Amino acid sequence: MTATAQETEVVLKVSGLEAGYERPGRYGFGRRRVPVVAGIDLAVRAGRTLGIVGESGCGKSTLARAIVGLRPAFAGSIEFAGADLASVPARRRRRMSRDLQMVFQDPYTSLNPRMTVAAVIAEGWRVHPGIVPRDQEDAEVARLLGLVGLRAEHGARHLHELSGGQCQRVSIARALAPRPKLIVCDEAVSALDVSIRAQILNLLGDLQSELGVAYLFISHDLDVVRHIAHDVAVMYLGTIVEHGPAADVFGDPQHPYTRALLSAAPSVRDRPDDGVQEIVLRGEVPSPTAPPTGCRFRTRCYMAAEVCERKVPEPVPRDGLPQSVACHFADSAGTTAPG
Amino acid sequence: MTVSAVHPAQPPAPGDVAAELRDVHIGFRSGRDVTPVVRGVGLRLRRGRVLALVGESGSGKSLTSLALIGLLPPGAEVTSGSVVLDGADTGGFSARRWREARGDRVAMIFQDPMAALNPGFAVGRQIAEPFRRRLRLRRREARERAVALMREVGIADAESRYGDHPHEFSGGMRQRAVIAMALALGPSVLLADEPTTALDVTVQAQILRLLARRQQEADLATLLVSHDLGVVARVAQDVAVMYAGRIVERGPLDDVYTRPSHPYTLGLLEAMPDARDGGRLKPIKGVPPDPRRPPGGCAFHPRCPFATDVCRDEDPPLAEDGDRAVACHHADEVTASRETEEPR
Repeated sequence: MTATAQETEVVLKVSGLEAGYERPGRYGFGRRRVPVVAGIDLAVRAGRTLGIVGESGCGKSTLARAIVGLRPAFAGSIEFAGADLASVPARRRRRMSRDLQMVFQDPYTSLNPRMTVAAVIAEGWRVHPGIVPRDQEDAEVARLLGLVGLRAEHGARHLHELSGGQCQRVSIARALAPRPKLIVCDEAVSALDVSIRAQILNLLGDLQSELGVAYLFISHDLDVVRHIAHDVAVMYLGTIVEHGPAADVFGDPQHPYTRALLSAAPSVRDRPDDGVQEIVLRGEVPSPTAPPTGCRFRTRCYMAAEVCERKVPEPVPRDGLPQSVACHFADSAGTTAPG
Repeated sequence: MTVSAVHPAQPPAPGDVAAELRDVHIGFRSGRDVTPVVRGVGLRLRRGRVLALVGESGSGKSLTSLALIGLLPPGAEVTSGSVVLDGADTGGFSARRWREARGDRVAMIFQDPMAALNPGFAVGRQIAEPFRRRLRLRRREARERAVALMREVGIADAESRYGDHPHEFSGGMRQRAVIAMALALGPSVLLADEPTTALDVTVQAQILRLLARRQQEADLATLLVSHDLGVVARVAQDVAVMYAGRIVERGPLDDVYTRPSHPYTLGLLEAMPDARDGGRLKPIKGVPPDPRRPPGGCAFHPRCPFATDVCRDEDPPLAEDGDRAVACHHADEVTASRETEEPR
């Protein structure tokens, strides 16, 4: 981690995490582990936002789910609220989930359509009794609805009566209800229209400054992450290739993949014939369950050399730079143009 | 693959209008009632140019593009106005004439390439199909042309991948195959409805580059339907912005993006998370209307910061001014508001 990261309290610290899914073993006996992410180190600071960017198949959702306990962790640790989530038994873990909530991409599939909005929000208080006294629940639901920009009368409605943006506000209110320290947002604004997305991003920002909640914000949309995140981790094929303050990673990317990703992302400032050379990577992402040897990016990298095939690059802080980069050639990435 | 091989009689020139929508209304019919969803859209697609049709979900942009290829979903129909392809009014087109026009004059690429490919047949065979069925080529010839086309769209080892099935292709490669199919017969009009929305950023860059290159080589008139203002900026020369079934602003892309005259266009651009200011975003207040029941007057007025009484009462017409057009009572104020903010 960087020096700035140590200045504030760290709420979540992930070290050497390997996670994925389990499949029935050969002939149906036992379980076979299929790791999707490996060697993940990251930290989320209190009241701050860590953005995770990467393309489909890079394991960002698996990572999010492993952190909240929806996917098994095979190795490493997930330190949260004084315990290692990767090794606590399921029952204790459930009690701790109060401090760790999640908002999913699609509110229509992640919320129960047969419950009213108020019941959805109050459900966390059934699982974790003692947060809000029963007789004050209605008032607290109304307060939470107000906090996310809905009216108290929305509490009596069902989800199908609400728009997509309103549903996502309900998801956020539900996540806030147990008063968590950290909310994991997995593509939480990706399904929303541009005008609504801006509303939700502002809401997340306001809630953070009012309540001091930290976010682990996962998105494929670089502009969104650049806007909302303080720190950012760039993932490729199950590993973090670059990690650091958002302004530095986006402003001065060091890893060849980060460079390619940033140059490929469309912007409203682009024009068809403005001659900007984006770095177009060759090929597509290999299977995360059978990654290439050595550096996982080498099959698509414009700088790959023989050493990349042999040796896994360690994430190291570059001289005089705030970010850490997992690349054998990080020092020259800035000066070498792709062919 | 050349266009002139298919239309030897009419040598096309860049800038020619290849397709046109004239005041097209599209509605959903149930019994005697028609619920209008697209309400008077006019567009011209010119050869060698990409026109982007931008709007949020429910704005009617996909229906508009489907009307150009005669593929409106069941229940939807063009209730008035005309769709003109290569000078021919398609109003009286029979199902058979539409079939002949598709592929030959107009072709379409959709968001999900898997839905456009038959999972049961080899990809190469599907690309070769138009050569077999429409050009009546022999199997071997059709195969050769399909392989050549696969190479052109950047499918590596085209010869050996000819026999692979769609599930053996990655998402980006499938979209390349669909592009090959769309271009097989040398259409003059290409419709692309969110062609890269399902793809990853780095793959999206590859596909956009391919589309732009083929577009120029074949002098296609392209309609790019997208919700993504950034994707559009990368490939389109012209843009039309749709809101609640109408075009609210139209013009050269660079002009519209830098000097928007409609408050909705302005709102969309300002709602983009812009890298350069870390402050609060400026969302458009409220939510898009139900396309079946747009508000009276100007459909945007409940969300519009410029709205006055006249906006509640009168739907502003799309007023043309040179190559720009805007439907707003307060267009001058909108343009001025942006200019006073510059430079940022």
